[in-house]
This record gives sequence, C-alpha cells and structure tokens, in this order.
Amino acid sequence: MIGAEAIVKSLEKEGVEYIFGYPGATIAPLYNELAKSSIRHVLVRHEQHAGHAASGYARISGKPGVCAVTSGPGATNLITALGTAYMDSIPIVAISGQVDSGLLGRDAFQEADMTGATASFTKYSYLVKNALDLPNVVKEAFHIASTGRPGPVLIDVPVDVQLRKSDFKFTDAVNIRGYKPTVKGHAGQVKRAVRSLIRAKRPIVCAGGGVFASGAGDIFLKFVETLNLPVVTTMMGLGVLPTSHRLNMGMVGMHGKSVANRAVKNADLLLLLGARVSDRAVLSPTNLAETAEIIHVDIDPAEIGKNLDTVIPIVGDLKAVLNQIMVHNPESSTKEWLELLYEQKATVKPDYADRSSGINPKAFIHQLTKKLPEDYIYVADVGQNQLWSAGHCDIRKSCRFLTTGGMGTMGYAISAALGAKMRAPERFTVAVCGDGSFQMSMMELGTICQHNVDIKIVVMSNGRLGLVREIQSKQYADHQIAVDLFGSPDPVKIAAAYGLPGRTVNVASEIAPAIEELLTSVGPFILNCRIDPLEASV
Amino acid sequence: MKHTIAVLVENRAGVLSRISGLFARRGFNIDSLAVGPTDDPKISRMTIIVDGDDYTAEQVTKQLNKLIDVLKVRKLTFQDIIRRELLLVKVKLSESQRGEIVDIAKIMGCEMVDISHTTLMLEHSDRPEKIDLLIDLLSKYKILEITRTGTIALQRGADSV
Repeated sequence: MIGAEAIVKSLEKEGVEYIFGYPGATIAPLYNELAKSSIRHVLVRHEQHAGHAASGYARISGKPGVCAVTSGPGATNLITALGTAYMDSIPIVAISGQVDSGLLGRDAFQEADMTGATASFTKYSYLVKNALDLPNVVKEAFHIASTGRPGPVLIDVPVDVQLRKSDFKFTDAVNIRGYKPTVKGHAGQVKRAVRSLIRAKRPIVCAGGGVFASGAGDIFLKFVETLNLPVVTTMMGLGVLPTSHRLNMGMVGMHGKSVANRAVKNADLLLLLGARVSDRAVLSPTNLAETAEIIHVDIDPAEIGKNLDTVIPIVGDLKAVLNQIMVHNPESSTKEWLELLYEQKATVKPDYADRSSGINPKAFIHQLTKKLPEDYIYVADVGQNQLWSAGHCDIRKSCRFLTTGGMGTMGYAISAALGAKMRAPERFTVAVCGDGSFQMSMMELGTICQHNVDIKIVVMSNGRLGLVREIQSKQYADHQIAVDLFGSPDPVKIAAAYGLPGRTVNVASEIAPAIEELLTSVGPFILNCRIDPLEASV
Repeated sequence: MKHTIAVLVENRAGVLSRISGLFARRGFNIDSLAVGPTDDPKISRMTIIVDGDDYTAEQVTKQLNKLIDVLKVRKLTFQDIIRRELLLVKVKLSESQRGEIVDIAKIMGCEMVDISHTTLMLEHSDRPEKIDLLIDLLSKYKILEITRTGTIALQRGADSV
C-alpha cells in the first residue's frame, strides 16, 4: 500500500462522505487513490471555497468537513477558509500536498511553508515526513478537530510520502498526552453557579456558538425554560432559541438589538454559555464586570477571563455542564425582570415599511424566512446583508442560521451553503449575500451546477459595498472611496450563463411572487433583490 | 513584573516555533526562553521569563496549555525556586588591565576560560542579577562579545512540575 492509499483508507474509516477540493501536481497521488474510493470528491472553483464548503458541511453534520488542495498557491488560497473556521471553532481536516520532502526548504516550484503559514489559523498541523505515521496522523487530526473546542487541523503531505510503499498499521486508539479536553464541569463551581442563579434577581443568559458545537440545544432549551431565564445570543449563537421564543431577547452587541444590550447592561447576573465575549458582542466588558456577577461556561479555559473578569469559571462541555446544573433542580424567580424586558421589547417595532427606491431588505428577509420550510438552513454572507439577516431572519426551532461571526469573511455564504446542502439534501438551503460578496464567490455556481446542488441564492444588490459606505459616511465625513461597485454584472445573467434560472425583484409588490418562484423552483435558483442603496444596517 | 514559567513540551520539530509564534501573535513579551531535553529524551523543558502583569501571566499559561505539544505548564513562585543563568563574556584588555579583571573574576567566582594577548574570556553561572552585576563591572572595560543562555529554574525541595 502507498501513503496516499493509507490516507484514503483512514478517511474512509472516519466515515468521510465528501472531500471538497482542487487537485494539483503534489496532491495527485491522493486523487489517484480517491478515484477508487467510495468518498465523493466535490471539485470547487477556488480553494478558499473548498474550506468554506467543508465548514458548511461540518456545521450541519457535527463532524469534521474535509478538504484537499495542492501545494503552494492551492494551499495558501485555503488559509482564509482555515482562519474563518478557526475563529468560529468549526471542525475541518484539510489535507495539502507538499513538494518532495527532499526539496523542502529549497523554494521548489509551488512550495509554501504551510505548517508555518497556518500556525495561527489551525488548532494543530502536521508535516508528515514518515509515511508510516499517516494512519495515526489522520486519526489524531479528526480527534483534535472534533473534540474539545473544535477547529481546523492541517495535514501537509509531501508528494513522495504519498507515494511511499509501506506496511501500514491502522489503529482506532488515540492518545495525545498533551491534549485532554475537560468535559465535566468542576462540581464546586457548578454548585456556586446554581446558588448564584437562585439568588439573582435580573439574570441574563448570553449564548454563543458553543451551544451548537457541544450539541447542547435540547438541554439548553430545557434549562432556560425551567428557570425562565431571558436569553440574548451572539451572532454565532443565533438560532439557539427560535426568534419568536418568549425568552429570546435577540442578538447582543454592536449590531444587536437594543433590548438585548439593555438587558445585559441592567442584569445582575450574566451567564455566558459557549460565548467568548468578543469586541463585537460585548462593547465594554470592564463596565459589565462591575455591575453584574459573571458566570462563564466554556470548554476552552483560555477564553475564561480573557476579555471579561469572571467570578465563577466553569471549564467543560456545555451539554455536560448544563446537565450538571439541572441535577440540582435550580429554581429562580424572574417574573418581574421578564415583565420589564417584555415591556421594552414591545416598544421596538421593526421598520418593514416600503422604501421609495428599491426593496427594504429587512422586510424582504423577514418575508422570505417566514415562508421557508420549518427546517431551513440559512447562510448569511458578510456585509450589511449579514446584519439584516441576523436582525430579521425568522428562525424557527429546527432551523440553522450559519454565518462567519469571528472572521467576517466575504464570500462565505454560497460555498458554505453548498457544503451544508450536500450533508442535508432534504433541507431547504438558502445563501444570502450582497453584490460584493456574490462577486467573491460566484465562480462556485460552476460547482453547484457540476454537482447539481439545489441551493437557492439571494443577492442583495445595492451597487456598492454598503457596510463600508456606512463607515465612511459616519466616521469619514461621508468621503466615499472605493465602495462603488460600478461594472458589476447582472447576477441573473451570470446565473443564465451557468444555465440556472433567476429573477430580479425591483419593487415591493414583486416580492411575494418572487419568493414563491424561489420556493417552488426545482434546482438552484438566483434571486436578485435590488434594495434601497442607502438602507442602514441596523 | 517578571514571571518565571516552566513548560514541559514534546521534544519534536516545530514546537519551539509554535511557542515563540504564540508569544509574538498575542503580544506577550519574552525576556528569555531557555530550552533543553529532560531525562526523558521525548520531553523538553523550557523556562520562559515573561514581563507583564498578572493578567498576562495567566493568559500566557492558558494559551500555552492550549497547544497540543505542551504537556505541562507551571508558573513558578520566585521564593520557591533556584534560578541560574550561564554567561560567556569576552573582554578586550591591555596587559595593565589584566590584573584588575582577574580580581573581578575572582571576587565574582568566575571561571577564566580563554586568554590571549589582548582578550580574556570569562564564564559565569549564577542568578541573573549577579550576571547583570558582573556585566556592569566589566562594562568599564571594552566588552567584545557576550552570550547568555537565559534563565533556567527548578523548584526547591521535593516539588516538581
């Protein structure tokens, strides 16, 4: 058996269904073996999208997404996607080809120091010089990527190592002595947390992406409903509760709901669950620590106390910790506090009025998501479209809302939606992007066609980089520079070039029939939504 | 404030770069970093001296612990450890200065390890403060070259990392 075959065998043993990738000379041995495998390869049109597709796949499956690229530019193109996954704690196993091990360090053709270049964007990385290590390295990579705080792992394999013949030994055991994530929370801290919860008059839960990463959805719901705890979410936490749930106060932070931010500000107890208190989510952590007692539950000890002083730290898997808390049968009386929050919530009405020029994107997103099937997957790109999506998506119990919260990577939506859809072909999947982010990912229409992936795409066209325009108009005396997207193609014509149907919406009265067509169309569909060019993000 | 941190790591390629990269990336200031294998050839021990407040020291410890190749991290308490650093220093001198420098070497307890018509090389192992003092005393003369290993430290008594 050669090294490449050992990699493929190991991937099969891990239950890999798909590899998103782009071949090249130094990864050719692996591709040659893949041809004989049951694993399906999805040829993307740019390596960055191999990583995003793997991310979308991982977020729906709960298992690592896998991508493969060649050395040099193929591998460096992937780095943005690895960085995106790293910031959002998404499990990915990336395999990159590398030049012949005898040429390493000699600046050979298409040589790039990938373990060096990705050191700050991966949870771990391997440069495999001994072919015999391959089965174990793949096993370890899946273990590291998917356990503890999930994240991307890179395996860089020189082409000669892939070709080397050896007597490979496959094992199911993983033992990495420097890596033993804590699962159960410290019993004493859990007790302290329970006491604080009982004592608190104005508690608030801030839920992040960790709820999804630990698969804690059900116990989370039981926990907040039993204790009647109001909930705010980070962007990564959107969807932990349905939008219409009585305890959901909305997203916090710079682009969040005023009710949510006020609730955090006025709380006497903040319970952070799988949220890392980024600068976008909590604007002034120092003030917050002075007014509220902080309980922070996270599987990554380094997140606790990093951005916010914590009174009660609980390191552990959120699902396990919430179960531990529930064992104590905690009770709380939050009636008055909830009434106050409901009152504040009732005063805020979203502005879904028609706009004089173009579509109101907030109203559009609201209308669209109201019509989508119960278990839809919504992938928001980055820019104003992300903030409109976060603010106005009607997320229901079995939906998933995916977006890149940490890195804010433009061009994420289409390929992530593609990966998500390949994992769950039965679920209605829609990618929503702006005309800026669409042009960073529109080559993936080719991938969608080639593999017949039935995703719907909405392009919010305003002919400009709307979020940057807003920054320029607010902070730079309205000096608009490099935000005009003049020269952009018509997305519907681009779709037509790929043989895909599409439709443009110009006025509010066209919204309902257009959504109907998007819903009933068979196969991919592109909806170009000409929105009010000066619509604000929040 | 200086913090002394002992780290046990896997003795394999790339580990030092992962650790130094972490310090650069997160903006931690390293005063010194000394590394060498332990009695187990698969494990190396690093002694890192970090300059920063208690928050920095805690973050350094936690971020180091996160690295897969890191086996153990321990912040050492100043009073409970023996610290040492090794110095080699080469001084340019005239015949008339040699006696003075030899005196300094004797008082400080240095080894004289190389001598020529115009130079003298001293070797000294001591607490870092003493090394600083020696360098200060020699700075009156022409120091040609200095190399220091950085601090290493071990806990007193039966305690171990």
